[in-house]
Amino acid sequence: MSLPPGQLRSPGLWSSLRRPRQREEGARAALVAAASTVAVFGLLAWWVLTSEAWPEVQEQFFNPDHFAAAWPEVLGGFWLNIQMFMVAEVLILVFALVFAMIRALRGPAFFPLRALVIGYIDLIRGLPIILLILLLGFGVPALQLPGVPNSRLFWGLGALVISYSAYTAEVYRAGIESVHESQRMSGRSLGLTQVQSLRYVTVPQAIRNVIPALLNGFVSLQKDVALVFVLGVREAVREAQIYTAGTFNYTSYVAAAVLFLVASIPVARFADWYTERDRRRKQSMGAA
Amino acid sequence: MQRRLSLILAAMSLVLAACGDGDVGAETTAAAEGCAVEDLNLVNPGQLTVATGEPVFPPWMGVGDDNFDVPESGTGFEGALVYELANRLGFSDDQVTFVRTGFDEAIAPGPKDWDFNIQQYSITAERDEVVDFSDPYYTTRQALVTYPDSPFADARTVEDLKDAVLGAAIGTTSLDFIEDVIQPDTEASVYDENVDVEAAMNAGQIDGLVVDLPTAYFITAVQVEGSIIAGQFEAEAADPDDYGLLFAEGSPLVECVNQVVAEMREDGTLQTLEDEWLTQEGGVPTITG
Repeated sequence: MSLPPGQLRSPGLWSSLRRPRQREEGARAALVAAASTVAVFGLLAWWVLTSEAWPEVQEQFFNPDHFAAAWPEVLGGFWLNIQMFMVAEVLILVFALVFAMIRALRGPAFFPLRALVIGYIDLIRGLPIILLILLLGFGVPALQLPGVPNSRLFWGLGALVISYSAYTAEVYRAGIESVHESQRMSGRSLGLTQVQSLRYVTVPQAIRNVIPALLNGFVSLQKDVALVFVLGVREAVREAQIYTAGTFNYTSYVAAAVLFLVASIPVARFADWYTERDRRRKQSMGAA
Repeated sequence: MQRRLSLILAAMSLVLAACGDGDVGAETTAAAEGCAVEDLNLVNPGQLTVATGEPVFPPWMGVGDDNFDVPESGTGFEGALVYELANRLGFSDDQVTFVRTGFDEAIAPGPKDWDFNIQQYSITAERDEVVDFSDPYYTTRQALVTYPDSPFADARTVEDLKDAVLGAAIGTTSLDFIEDVIQPDTEASVYDENVDVEAAMNAGQIDGLVVDLPTAYFITAVQVEGSIIAGQFEAEAADPDDYGLLFAEGSPLVECVNQVVAEMREDGTLQTLEDEWLTQEGGVPTITG
């Protein structure tokens, strides 16, 4: 007799008694997970809190009084971080896409453009971000060129945008190359130019493919904006450092860490959710 | 066994004192009180390990074209002071080794791998809780460095600086001075080290910087082209800027070093060093408030 897809043998008379049903299996698994979590974390917590060094560690890093004292300044500094990474991210996404599209252009006429972009990406990815920040943040304004802004925020963010665009352009390129060649050819055969077929056919699909990687880059950027503190910008880490320099207590750094986590964990969870939804959607498309 | 050893050592030092001339006598006065080189609790036994900044600048160390960043040259106020101190403690010049640290990292609590650190550290109550200081060897004032065409070049009171964007290095009394005494409307720009503050001046990103007066002389003479000392501040923050040598908390060397510093103050050596390395021609205007 024919079997429902996915089953090797017809289920016997007693099989539903031998194997628990789907619902009960789920409930038991959840219970086991909860019990195991409580046991493991409880043990870990007990081990940490009863260790000899804990009171000193708590005093130095998790001191509630210092946390409260440092919080206003560190929060104020973090607001600057937020503004910086929001502005930078928009610029990075735009510039990187332009670079990736240039690189995806075919034909010998575009060779110099492609070469420039490849050279840019190689050069910038080869330099530490902190070096770029110092070079552009202190070095360029020191030239005192007329018409060139000397604001440290401008050049600090500029260095970050330049650096991250190089990495993000490669992410876009991976996305563009993951779109099947037949898409591009279909676009061209309909009479679209290269740029048009990139813009209307390839890139929308490419972006959907690489959204998790782009979100990953965003999460990384949220941390790297702190590097502009070397230019004297009073963002969260610098504010924490100023507090520590006066009190020799490191709780201010933990306060800054909490803020960074609050900003990045939701983004990471969103990226996971998006990836999962995309995967399910693709699977259901396959089954149809 | 211990008692016999210390008796022998005491006898030896008495013999040395008896057959020495005036100079040796001065050294062994300190030696007889447990401050002999053998008795000192040094990080590297037999060597005086002195920490200083990276790099070092005149007029503190390394004065002269060939001596830039060479503390071993013994030039500069602090450079000469270190060798004078070492000799009086019983070290020869060869027994002095220099290592480098950042300014702020040395103040952090914890054990050190140097005997003392000399980097124009002002003695403050907060720092004293986590490290130890010798008695002061120099007292200074804060000064404002800016450009001649800056609106703040003619500041005569602290009020005149309300709109200024000022810079200072982190963890310095100069930064405390800006925040506690000057209190400008825009909060101070804070940098890792003085060289970064100077870079910001060069880049036109701050209106002026606050630093101790002798350092201001070097900055205006050499490091930031075209800059001037707008004035020296009359007012003082909570503590006057007394410079002391910085030791790890509870270091047994502090007492011995203090004896030598007291000697150098009494016999006028400190003043001689100051006159040789730190006085400048021309007066600097005063900023009151």
